[in-house]
Amino acid sequence: MNWETVIGLEVHVQLATKTKIFSAASTSFGAEPNTQACAIDLAMPGTLPVLNEQAVHYAIMFGLAIDAEIGKTSVFERKNYFYPDLPKGYQTTQLEKPIVGRGAVAIQLADGSTKSIRIHHAHLEEDAGKSVHEGDLPHGSSGVDLNRAGTPLIEIVSEPDMRSIEEAVAFAKKLHSIVTSIGICDGEMSQGSMRFDVNVSVRPMGTTKLGTRTETKNLNSFKFMEEAIEKEVERQIDVIEDGGTIRQETRLYNGDTKVAKAMRSKEEANDYRYFPCPDLLPVIVSDETIEALRRALPELPDARQARFVEQYALSTYDAGVLSSDASTASFFETVATHCGNPKLAANWTMGELSAALNNAGLGFADSPVSADQLAGMVARIADNSISGKMAKQVFEAMWQGGGNADEIIDAKGLKQVTDSGALEKIVTDVLDSNPTMVEDFINSDENKRKKKLGGFMGQIMKASKGQANPQQVNQILLQKLNELL
Amino acid sequence: MIIKREEIEKLATLSRISIDEKTITDVTERLSSVLDLVDQLKTANTDSVQGISRPFQVSQRLREDKVTESNQRDKFQAIAPATDNGLFTVPKMID
Repeated sequence: MNWETVIGLEVHVQLATKTKIFSAASTSFGAEPNTQACAIDLAMPGTLPVLNEQAVHYAIMFGLAIDAEIGKTSVFERKNYFYPDLPKGYQTTQLEKPIVGRGAVAIQLADGSTKSIRIHHAHLEEDAGKSVHEGDLPHGSSGVDLNRAGTPLIEIVSEPDMRSIEEAVAFAKKLHSIVTSIGICDGEMSQGSMRFDVNVSVRPMGTTKLGTRTETKNLNSFKFMEEAIEKEVERQIDVIEDGGTIRQETRLYNGDTKVAKAMRSKEEANDYRYFPCPDLLPVIVSDETIEALRRALPELPDARQARFVEQYALSTYDAGVLSSDASTASFFETVATHCGNPKLAANWTMGELSAALNNAGLGFADSPVSADQLAGMVARIADNSISGKMAKQVFEAMWQGGGNADEIIDAKGLKQVTDSGALEKIVTDVLDSNPTMVEDFINSDENKRKKKLGGFMGQIMKASKGQANPQQVNQILLQKLNELL
Repeated sequence: MIIKREEIEKLATLSRISIDEKTITDVTERLSSVLDLVDQLKTANTDSVQGISRPFQVSQRLREDKVTESNQRDKFQAIAPATDNGLFTVPKMID
């Protein structure tokens, strides 16, 4: 039987505020344990939450970016459960009246088609602290670091509109692209800035009734998400085909060991007993505030992609890659405008540089080769001073901190020979010293001649120590050989 | 009685409250009477009244996003039951 996969996502996005959602403690990443947990974060008796305006604004910006209804009156509720990383014994979140209502996110698929994924709502809430189980802890104990407790989150809840892993990953990446483009999240997946809960079910192809779903929680990379969905879909199909039924359950996936397992039923037997938080009044947002945020909203990825196609004559695909996140887009734009050749700028940004950054585990913002440096090099390719092959040497040297392209070109003597007189002389010399090759060329048929050209090119490039302009050489060579026919 | 004994036991577990055998009947009765009162309130006609989540017609004041809290870990950890290297320690949690 053919099975259809149905996927819905819940995405936790840490907002890039300086302080917590309900306290004025810092949210910066990587501080010593518990040095950024104040009395409110620790739930000391007598403390009261004071809502961070920036967190509210960021949530509204997300709503505007996905064309959602904005909850002009939103209400915080308490979600009650006990866990050591949640000092209050409840998470302050939103349920009945979230700040962001229904919206939609368009995703692009590999075949070029687009699909709209509906957003059920997005709400504001606080993050929990972190539990530490490893390291030098007293026997039989776990450690708790509450620096993260109270970090503002929006939880984005999609409808079960995705039908494949590809769609789920495209959706997750699109959300990443949107939240980083509008600057409400730093997008650092390795630091937990975006985390995914994946709801998966399967059903016989062609049917409309949803199957029983499971939820795999807390996936913090696109790759782990992809693996977890793949495994869960396989598992569900196996269970059903063996005559079993799927149990609604919460599952965990360990990306390091590649093992997925169900949480024990006792752990998930939660009954959160939500009720409106008596410590917080309803949040009322005025039309003026919403309009001001709408006017200030930075360019969205889709608009940027369309602009790149229009302004720089890039293909839709190239424009999509380069516009997907704000730092890549701004890097490319600097290179393109400074070197004056957008197509070459795009090739080098997406090609050599992107590969090198990937290998080094760096982002565009931390690139050892600056956008200005890359532009300087691309300009030399564009004006034929250096060939693409020489450019790779220049790039390598710039990556190693060798300075600007022009300095490296001078130091390495990489100037490309473009003087046609000098090139003609090299071509003539090579032809004169290889009479049998020339003879062979003349006696070959049309198809074979094309292949034999490569032999001459190799000799000429060698004779010029790799500095001849290949396009020009090709032209001169063809002309000379044609004269001999 | 509209609330069952098992429900009280479940709520006690969820709330980490220990209710002994002697008091459980009493608690069940008292909570039931609270729910009876809620039921009575529900019979009032509220068709012309808009729902509110708070009794006051005021909205939440918002705070500027500026760090004003400093590190006071030592003070907080001095009154904590158990700490280790800056971490609060608790009985081992197993995933």
